[in-house]
Amino acid sequence: MQSAIESAGITKKFGSNRVLNDITFSVNESEIFGFIGPDGAGKTTLFRIVTTLLLPDEGKMTVFGTDSLKGFRELRKHIGYMPGRFSLYHDLTVEENLKFYATVFGTTIRENYDLISDIYSHIEPFKKRLAGQLSGGMKQKLALSCALIHKPKLLVLDEPTTGVDAVSRSEFWDMLKNLRKHDITILVSTPYMDEAMRCDRIALIQNGSLLSVDKPRKIKEGFGKRLYRIMAPDKYRLLISLRKYELTDTAFPFGDSIHVTFRDDIYDQSLINHLRSEGIANVTIEEMEAGIEDRFLELMERKLDGEIE
Amino acid sequence: MRTILYLIRKEFIQIFRNKFIGRAIFGVPIVQMLILVPAVTFEIREVRICIIDQDMSTISRSLINRLEGSTFFRITNTTFSEEEGNRLLLEDKCNLVLHIPENFGRDAGLGKPAHLLATVNAINASSAQLSWAYLNGVIRDFNSDLIMQNINYVQPVQASVININNRYWYNEMLNYKFYMLPGILGILVTAIGFILAGLNLVREKEIGTIEQINVTPVRKHQFIIAKMVPFLIIGLADLTLGLVIGRIFFHIPFEGSIALLFLSASVFLVAVLGFAIFISTFSGTQQQFMFIAFFCMIIFILMSGIFTPLESMPAWAQKIDLINPVAYIMRINRMVMLKGSTLSDILRDIYSLAAIAVFFTAFAVRRYRKTA
Repeated sequence: MQSAIESAGITKKFGSNRVLNDITFSVNESEIFGFIGPDGAGKTTLFRIVTTLLLPDEGKMTVFGTDSLKGFRELRKHIGYMPGRFSLYHDLTVEENLKFYATVFGTTIRENYDLISDIYSHIEPFKKRLAGQLSGGMKQKLALSCALIHKPKLLVLDEPTTGVDAVSRSEFWDMLKNLRKHDITILVSTPYMDEAMRCDRIALIQNGSLLSVDKPRKIKEGFGKRLYRIMAPDKYRLLISLRKYELTDTAFPFGDSIHVTFRDDIYDQSLINHLRSEGIANVTIEEMEAGIEDRFLELMERKLDGEIE
Repeated sequence: MRTILYLIRKEFIQIFRNKFIGRAIFGVPIVQMLILVPAVTFEIREVRICIIDQDMSTISRSLINRLEGSTFFRITNTTFSEEEGNRLLLEDKCNLVLHIPENFGRDAGLGKPAHLLATVNAINASSAQLSWAYLNGVIRDFNSDLIMQNINYVQPVQASVININNRYWYNEMLNYKFYMLPGILGILVTAIGFILAGLNLVREKEIGTIEQINVTPVRKHQFIIAKMVPFLIIGLADLTLGLVIGRIFFHIPFEGSIALLFLSASVFLVAVLGFAIFISTFSGTQQQFMFIAFFCMIIFILMSGIFTPLESMPAWAQKIDLINPVAYIMRINRMVMLKGSTLSDILRDIYSLAAIAVFFTAFAVRRYRKTA
């Protein structure tokens, strides 16, 4: 299988600030490849390089075998880009926006209608409405339609689900899954770890560096230790006490619980005694399967330790 | 080509969908023409004058009579004290103090040189010069009549006098509106083109739509052309509107060819739009653009020769005006409208404008980057 994107040693600096650091990965054709990382990790910058909007300082980016530097003009015909910020014309109607992007790419709505029908049909009843007056979810569908209207080979989606409600988010991922049958490679970024599982492969990115690239399941399995979910009514005091406990390896707050690993992988009565001496009662402890986020934090921690050493 | 046409169509839809801009495009020229043309005038209707007549002779009185008879002057005060005269000038009760000293009548009668002292409030230098010129004219006439009388006395032969008749060409009645109107038209077209086009592009940056356009196969020159053409058309439409208003309300003469005026206006607009887009390529926000645009427009307009003749500017300023498109259009407008100049008369100006247009537009296209 030919790879859709080959990135070799991409580095980008803004002033003295190193935003991307030696980014190397490859994306297979027709896969959904996700970039998972917190805000400011460098996802948008990387996407701007893939979409030929930004030049890297070092490294080589190849998209469908074409160098993104030399062949940018050719590549722009085959890339559909949906920036993180809604950037369609607010003062044009839904239909006018779509028609505009179709025309600019030298095609028509009718020609590629089958590709977007799935998505566009949701907003078609509002096609005479100004894009600025749409709700968040509808804006997102319109933006996706506009990014798809020229039947791109590569679809780049920068945080498409940020600021969208949970139902729409789930719908959105279903739509992406459906697009795979049209042989479209999808590059997507998200700060939501739960969305990672819906990608074929993911890259964990933090502070401009890749932590890991693999299938989401493999990444989860990479978590080396046994993980426990610990709950108590006073979560904050529980966290402090757990971090004080000498056999604790890591302790991170997750929702209403705390995910904890221990140096010897298991805990014993001394933990209970320790918590009791700290005045924490009603503690429940259960072993759990690690998620992407646990792995992310583990990798991040390890990287920080590495840097300190 | 299809892409450019479609991009232009999009611009028009957006411009006229914005109710405020859509109306302002036609409202601004109407208001500007109707207010500025009659308001901005150099004509001096009434110079308030204070007379200090310490002579009180028949000659001094007949000079005062003459001043009273003139439409330019109104004698507001008469006094005998110089201090009083100076005080009135200071308090802005009069614009000019004419001091007729004690022996004025005697000296004039004897044929000796007689003296007068005029003090003019020169806070506004040009109105001071005009007042002085008017006064000078009255005194000169008075003087030559006086000489005639003296000569007649001694020598009853009719003296031969050189009689000067002047005629004002191209604006016979010295109607100041005729001079200002072509200039105001120039400013109008500048403002519309410059500000609207520049803001439009910066707005695409602010909203982020430019990012989306940049990933499309739309070429730089297509994008820039599509940004310029709508405002070129709007600029010409405003020019038409301005001319119609000038014709109906101010009966402005139009000696030259309308086609020539529109041709030069088009070249001029390309220069201005090119410059506006050039500025907008390095402005990140509409605020930044407006700040720089305002600064440039003030310089362009005040140095264009709309109020002060180019010839009276220092040599270095005239050099700067070689790259000021507004200076060219001022000259062209006035020459074509008032003088009836033909293409060959203004060819140099049009060439210069075209050079500026090409220069700025090329710069704008170069500066506008689709890739950072």
